[in-house]
Amino acid sequence: MLSCKHTTHLLSEALDRPLSRRERFALRFHLLFCRGCRAFQGQMDFLRKASRSFIHWRDAGDQ
Amino acid sequence: MTDTRNAEIISGFRPQMLKFARLQLQDDSGAEDAVQEAIEAALGGIDRFAGRSALKTWIFTILRHKIIDALRERGRTVQVSSLERDESELDEAFDALFKENAHWSPQSRPKPWGDPEEALQQRQFWHVFETCLEILPARTARVFMMREFLGFETDEICTTLALTTSNCNVILHRARAGLRQCLNQGWFAGEAQPC
Repeated sequence: MLSCKHTTHLLSEALDRPLSRRERFALRFHLLFCRGCRAFQGQMDFLRKASRSFIHWRDAGDQ
Repeated sequence: MTDTRNAEIISGFRPQMLKFARLQLQDDSGAEDAVQEAIEAALGGIDRFAGRSALKTWIFTILRHKIIDALRERGRTVQVSSLERDESELDEAFDALFKENAHWSPQSRPKPWGDPEEALQQRQFWHVFETCLEILPARTARVFMMREFLGFETDEICTTLALTTSNCNVILHRARAGLRQCLNQGWFAGEAQPC
């Protein structure tokens, strides 16, 4: 079973490259049982979303 | 007449453009140059733009490309040396969240961030976000911004900055984990945590 620390690395890499089938399986299995890593995953997705909104925020910022 | 008005609008964007460019280039004169070039390029094709917000999106797109060019050009001369200390401090802070067996220690296990979407609507949140970016070690922040703001593929970042793929992955993970931690403390900590 993956450690939580290893899981955080896979969750980050999943944003940059397609994971292998084996990695996806191990990740899914770990997330099933680990609330902490599920929360971490949500936060990684949020970071991406926030970064993509960064310039749009600047649009609104001066109105 | 319209041209003058557009030129005025564009110069109104200047401070924000500068801030955006400085954040990524970490260099005042480089940022000035990128902004200046973007403004000149924008003035060249200005007739096609009616709305203010379309104009702004467009000019930031140009600026983004100018920043990308500057970063590419600079790729070979990036200095890595003195930043390593900051990076290892960030890694130590991350390692401290785990027990010996590399699972979360109970007090630092991540908890969901209530309603993060709502944060995106709040000006104050973006100030925290910006501060969190600014306090990341310079190279860490640069790689993160190349990936997430400028949309580089990881391969290209590695090549541009002469890093190995695994090095790049480690840096991106460090940046994300560092930002997560900073936002957690700086913004989300005050929220009620659902069980």
